[in-house]
Formats: sequence, structure tokens, C-alpha cells
Amino acid sequence: MTELVSTTPGLYPLPDWAKQDLSDLKGHQKHDLISGDEGPDIVSAYDRAREEVVSEQVDAGLDHIVEGQLRWDDMLAHPLTVHENVETGGIVRYYDNNNFYRDPQVRGELTFSGDVAAELDKTTDLLGDESLQAVLPGPYSLADLATDEHYGDEADFLDAIGEFLAGEVDAFPEHETLFLLEPSLVESPPGDDIDAQVPEAISAVADATDANVVVHTYWGSLEEKVYAHLMDADVDAIGFDFVAGDRDQTFYNINEYGTKDSIALGLVDGQNTLVEDPETVRERVEWTLDRVQNKTFDTAYVTSNTELFYLPENRATEKLSALAAATEEELEVEA
Amino acid sequence: MSRGVENREQFRPENHENEHFLLTTVVGSYPKPKWLNRANDLAEDPDSKFTQEHLHEAHDDACRVITNEHERSGLDTVVDGEMRREEMVEYFAHRIPGYEFNGPVKVWGHNYFDKPSVVGEVEYDEPWLVDEFEFTRDVASKPVKVPITGPYTLASWSFNEHYDSEAELAYALADLVNEEIEQLVEAGATYIQIDEPALATTPDDHAIVGECLERIVSGVPDDVRIGLHVCYGDYSRIYPELNDYPIDEFDVELCNGGYEQIDVFTDPEFEPDLALGVVDVHDAEVESVEEIKENIKQGLKVVPPEKLTISPDCGVKLLPREVAYQKMENMVTAAREVEAELDAGEIDLDAPVQSAD
Repeated sequence: MTELVSTTPGLYPLPDWAKQDLSDLKGHQKHDLISGDEGPDIVSAYDRAREEVVSEQVDAGLDHIVEGQLRWDDMLAHPLTVHENVETGGIVRYYDNNNFYRDPQVRGELTFSGDVAAELDKTTDLLGDESLQAVLPGPYSLADLATDEHYGDEADFLDAIGEFLAGEVDAFPEHETLFLLEPSLVESPPGDDIDAQVPEAISAVADATDANVVVHTYWGSLEEKVYAHLMDADVDAIGFDFVAGDRDQTFYNINEYGTKDSIALGLVDGQNTLVEDPETVRERVEWTLDRVQNKTFDTAYVTSNTELFYLPENRATEKLSALAAATEEELEVEA
Repeated sequence: MSRGVENREQFRPENHENEHFLLTTVVGSYPKPKWLNRANDLAEDPDSKFTQEHLHEAHDDACRVITNEHERSGLDTVVDGEMRREEMVEYFAHRIPGYEFNGPVKVWGHNYFDKPSVVGEVEYDEPWLVDEFEFTRDVASKPVKVPITGPYTLASWSFNEHYDSEAELAYALADLVNEEIEQLVEAGATYIQIDEPALATTPDDHAIVGECLERIVSGVPDDVRIGLHVCYGDYSRIYPELNDYPIDEFDVELCNGGYEQIDVFTDPEFEPDLALGVVDVHDAEVESVEEIKENIKQGLKVVPPEKLTISPDCGVKLLPREVAYQKMENMVTAAREVEAELDAGEIDLDAPVQSAD
């Protein structure tokens, strides 16, 4: 029997009051963005905002709770843009979106940072017996979003990012799952020179935790070869975008190369304000699982396809309830 | 096919001193006077006695001042600096039934915009810009250009909850833009600019923009000049396809990139008029007249003088106001000097830009 688990890939919109307060406290320019050593007023605003998005998830009934990544001004590039050996360059476009982040230029060794672990420690303090889900960029996407000015070689850089992320994970408090977000695998797929190395870098991060690890991909389907390599990664589940993706290609990949014992289903649109009702989400879960041949999963993570910060606060919150309600009942398995 | 109609001469000033005429214009937005920003804040403050009527008066005053500032700089066609608009999508979405607002979304850092959602069929209700056009026309002594956010950008920068595809939403909006232009033309507008910055980020959709433009210009008289403004894109991905757009003028920034892409437009032959950005709106240093003259000559590589319009790269609203003004004034001076040199036969149109060596 496939257990349904409702969750999200994190990176929530800031509550509207926090958008205003933090904008007043921090400013609007490039040099005003998060540094990793922000002062007490800013820390306290983020603490309040974190408390709010955590309670919203708990109230909605989500199975796995994320920190919300509200401090990640640079979205998935955040773990590097706050690093002491990284300088931030110009503002660059975030994939194909009308969003921008500071180009992280890696100028020295990627030593241990602890920035994300500190966020998760604070989240643990807010939780009772709910399950914490950690979120990080996958090593390929983080390398893809960054500029290497230190390691000199694409392969060495990818390895270094993998080791850096593994070091960060090692410092995390206890967590039930770790989502590694890898949109770059879809948006700028690795070439022949490096594609076999991607699963190794992902495994390096995954091996740093005892939690279940999900590599989540979005904004389309994976190229066949990229998927075949990804199956070599030592993870518990691969996540797929069934909203924006070419679904036929995704089903082809899964049915041709198999998939892991668990799966993540991106079924709720993280980039549209239209709120899916729970029945629709539920139908999509069943429809999708029906098309994966001969497979019962340990766990199917039911999630939005993308991060949620693209949405206004009210719609993001409503989507949480839809996800939670859709997974409330057990899945009926057709014999 | 570009529209292939002659409607440029109507903008030549009566007392124009040169035989050649390089039409000078602006893209639209202009820095707001500080007091107008204060007035906006006051109007939003429920404890203040500053009412919406007061704000309307402040907007009128700002439009008078900025239109006059454009005229003082010597421009042949002027805009009100978009004093009444805060944001290029929100402004129109507020006027189109079918849109709703749910709150701000992040663009970058702590910069947000009220990205609207299309929740039903979009419809034409009250005119969007006719009042502001009539106001500016009445205070201006020069012809007034009207910038309108294009349907493709209005569609791309909204959440689409209702239409089956973004293209369908864009086409529905294009029909509304067509209705609006009809109203503007009736009110006397002769120069309309469609702003499509979203095309630069998704150039593969150039055919959707083309179909939108066909709908927009349907029934528009030949003597109404239709421009298309796009900025900060990779133009090899939309050229030569843009030659098929039914427009009179293509307005593009290239100064910011040092005219690296100018040669993209030289082969095959460029069909519409070219409105070329000759001052950089992301650099607060004012270009000298000499420098701008060289930039203008870049445009002569693409089109002959009778098809060249001179413009800043984009809206100048992010510049300090005095810098914005000085850039316009130098731009006009440079255009007039190039015209005189053309009259005197001092510019070789086969090789307008002298090579570096």
C-alpha cells in the first residue's frame, strides 16, 4: 500500500506584514539583501514570520513541515550567497521567471557554514511531534546557479558543492525527510562530460543523513539520459513535475528505467493562483499512480511542483490545505 | 509585413531647421517629482486629510510639469512621463474586468509587485487612457505619444486562472487593446507605442506577439503611427521574424549593450522604421552630445535617415530627474546636429560609423 504524505518543496512567500517590515528594516537594493549576520531586529522579524508559516502548515494538516526558507532572498542560491568565501555579483534572472537573485561568485574554499542548520534548529523548537522536512538546493542546481572563481573545473566545482552541502546536512537537527531541489536538471541539463558525476554528487549529500531523501525536479520532464543517470543516485525518491512537465516523457522515463521505491508527485501548481480543490488533487494522485506500471510505492509525497514564493500569501496558504485534505484518506489499491 | 504607410512627416515641427528629420521621442516613464511620491503616500494614509481628489489634482500638476519638461528638452513628441502609473501591468489590470488582485509577490529581494490574476473573461469597460491622453494633449504644444502595455506582457505577467493558454489570454487582451486604440484615435491620438518587454524573456513566443499585433492594428487608420517597444533581449531570436509585424516602428534599447547586437538587424533588410535607444537608462552618467551622435550613426547602419527615430533605451524613471532631463536634451541636440551633417552630405550612409582603426 502506497502511503500518501502531503508536503511542499519549501521557499514560502513571506507573510504580507513581514514583506513590509523587512523591506523597511533591510531596504530594497542589492547590498541590502540577507548577509547571514543580520542584526537582532531582522532576526526577530524572521523568527515571527517563521513561527507563522510553521503554524500554517501544522494547522493545514500537512504531514511534513518545512522551515519555509523565508530568509532565502536569493532563492536556491541562498546557501552560497551567505557564505564567507562567496562574493555576490550582479542581479541575474532566476530560471525563466520574472525573479532575480545575486550571482554567487565562489572565490575560496566552500567551508562549513551552518546557516541552514541554524534555521532548522529554530524550526525544531517550534514543532511538537510533527515531522520536520529539510530543504536544500541539489548540488547540480546550486553549481549551475553559481559562478566558480576558485575551483577552476566544472567537475571539481560540482564535487565541492556536493561536499559542502553534505557538511551542512551533517549539522542539521533530526529530520524526517530531506528535499533536494534540482530544477537545473530540467532547465539546463548536464552535458556528457559531467552527467555521470551528478548522481555521485547527489549521493554524497544524501549519504550525510539517515532521513529519506527526495531529489525533486521541476519545470518540465527530464531528458532520458539525465533521468537514467539520476537513477544511480542513492536517494529514496525522485520528484516529478506533473503540472508544467511533458507528462508523457516523464511516464516514459519511469516506465522505461524504473524509479525509486518512493516517489514525489508535483501536482499542485506553485505558480498559479487558481487553488486546486482536494478532490482534484486526489484524482491527479490516482491518475498519475495508475500510469506508473506495476508499481506500488512505499511513499508518494504529494506536493506543489515548485517553490511557493511565486504566489501571494493567501493563495499559498489555501494550497497547503488542499494538499493536506487530498492525502487524508488512505489510497485504495486496485487489485 | 510592417504596415508600409507613411505617417512620420506629421511629427516634423513647423519651424524645423534641417532638411533631414530624425524624429525624437521617449519611451514613456520619467522620474516622479518627490512631492508626488509624498502625495501618493498621503492619499493611502487613512488618517490623513489628503483625499483621492487631492491626489488627482497632484497627478494633473505632475503631468503638466513633466510634459513641459519634455517640451523644454526639445523633443518632437512628448509623453506625460506616466505620472499616473505606478506599475505597467497593475495599472491596466485595475481597469480590466476579469482581473483580481490577491496581494504582492516577490520579484527580487524586497521588491514586490501586485501580480494580478485573470479569474474570468477579460472585458472592455471604461476607456483606460483616454482621459489622460486628452489632458496631456491639452497641455502640450507638441504631438503626444501614448504608451500602452502590450497584451502579451499583460498576459505573461499575470496569473492565468481562466484561459486555456497564455496565448488565448493574450489574444483576448489584444482585442481590448484594439478597442482602446480606437477610442484614443477618436480622441485625436496619432502616435501609439505598444510595450512588450516580456517578449525579450520568452523570444520563442514571437508568433504570439505577431498575432496580437494583427488584432491590435485591425482598423487603425494609416496616419496613426504604431510603435512596438522591446528591451534587453537576444534579438537574433526574434529577427528577421519581427519584419512581419504589422507596425510602423520598432523601438529597441542597444546603447546599454554598446550596440553589440546592431548587426543582427542589417541582414535581411530591416522593414519597419527603427527607433533606436541612444542613451543608457541604467547609467546615471550623462552621455555627451558627441557620444550620442556616434550612437545615432549606429542606427544609420540599419535604416536610412528617413526611417530613423531617436529615443532613450527605455523608460528613464530610475534615473535622477536632472540626469534624465540632461540626457533628453543632449539627445535632441545630437539628433539636430546629425541632421545638419546629413544635409551637408558629411555622413557616408554606406559606412556611417567610422571604424576604430
